[in-house]
Amino acid sequence: MKKSSIVLIVIGSIFGFFLLLAIIGFTYYKNLYNNEVTLNQSVKSQWANVESSYQRRSDLIPNLVNTVKGYADFEKETLTGVIEARSKATAVNIDAGNLNADNFEQFQKAQSGLSSALSKLMVVVERYPELKANQNFLELQAQLEGTENRINVERTRFNEAVQAYNAFTQKFMAQLILRKSEKPYFEAQEGAEVAPKVEF
Amino acid sequence: MKYLLEPIRKPTRNLALVAGLLCTLSSWGIQVPDRPRPERLVNDMAQMLSPDETRALEQNLVEFSRSTSTQIVVVTVPTLEGMDKAMFATELGHKWGVGQKDKDNGIVILVKEKSASERGEVFIAVGYGLEGVIPDAISKRIVDQEMIPHFKQNDYFGGIVKAVNTLEQLSLGEFSAQEYQERSQPKKTPPAGILVPILLFIVLFGNIFSRANRVRRNSLGRGLSFWVLLSLLSSGSRGSGGSGFGNFSSGGGSFGGFGGGGFGGGGAGGSW
Repeated sequence: MKKSSIVLIVIGSIFGFFLLLAIIGFTYYKNLYNNEVTLNQSVKSQWANVESSYQRRSDLIPNLVNTVKGYADFEKETLTGVIEARSKATAVNIDAGNLNADNFEQFQKAQSGLSSALSKLMVVVERYPELKANQNFLELQAQLEGTENRINVERTRFNEAVQAYNAFTQKFMAQLILRKSEKPYFEAQEGAEVAPKVEF
Repeated sequence: MKYLLEPIRKPTRNLALVAGLLCTLSSWGIQVPDRPRPERLVNDMAQMLSPDETRALEQNLVEFSRSTSTQIVVVTVPTLEGMDKAMFATELGHKWGVGQKDKDNGIVILVKEKSASERGEVFIAVGYGLEGVIPDAISKRIVDQEMIPHFKQNDYFGGIVKAVNTLEQLSLGEFSAQEYQERSQPKKTPPAGILVPILLFIVLFGNIFSRANRVRRNSLGRGLSFWVLLSLLSSGSRGSGGSGFGNFSSGGGSFGGFGGGGFGGGGAGGSW
């Protein structure tokens, strides 16, 4: 065997080794990257569901306030409280791609402000038996309960999506390579483990 | 290496994060029963129905599922294990995949047994695809007016059957939610607006009549109007009764399995 051919084989195998390594590395990175994209998309779409369920609640409020007004006009303070809390809540919108702990907390705070204003209203309503017998009001009440349920469901599914995302991106290699920050969760309401519940 | 040291540098924040995480985990660690094997539409886990009732109900639901692809599942449980009934019913429907995947046309009727210490709970969860024909307010009305009155008398089968009948008709579009609403309006005695003039009329005429006759038989005139009034009232308050399935067919067997329908929290519930 000639010397030159041995050199050629050595160089070839070294080259092949690095090529193989590059291919493995590329595939690994590609998988990592694509998985992150998929998980991120599911968080984003779930976030859209969360927002639309909250939106649904906001849409219900003008009607509710008007109905209550007809019967309980004395409760101006409570009613304006609800209206103000609603406008605050609708003012906070987060772009799904830009979820971070700060704006997330802002969102949660605004929405829970509305929740508590609403539950205050529902306590006040107890004093007006005529209103409670009103068919229109009963309907709105059922709808409001329904939106609270939907919010609850969407929050839970959002948390599940975030959990999957965080579990993936915070793992050792993924964290080293992708360097994605953790996404925030919905936290259980203070004193209660379920989402704001309007009790009637 | 900065990002690796980050967590170590902020131990307090990290601790709070973990605590928060645990807290949230507890709130959404939803544990609903697994899909039954073999798949059934009536899952009487709390033993609230007799075997015959279960069979009849299953047969009806299977038939309905076969002919319309809409799947209605009845689940009774002895306990909700501290979970919210809406969440329980919705997650159960979602996890089992009640309804068809492309239509999301599933319904879950969840009944929690009344016990010595806890109230009975019932929830109708409506799949995404049926939220339009069965709005929450209608589910609420079905629960309040058709189920709970029966449940209060321990007639679980009767209440469930009535609800199933109404839900089937609604989902078929046999009558709309609007029509159901009008039909199920708490049967009022003739509205006061009409009743008052009639009453006045009767009393007045009774008086004039008796006066015109100049006979001291006022009691008859008054008595008459009283009876007329009573019959008016009672005819108005006659409710519509009847339960049981309209169409029983002898078909049986399986319904082809759950189709993967989705639920998003639609529906309503109540307790007794």
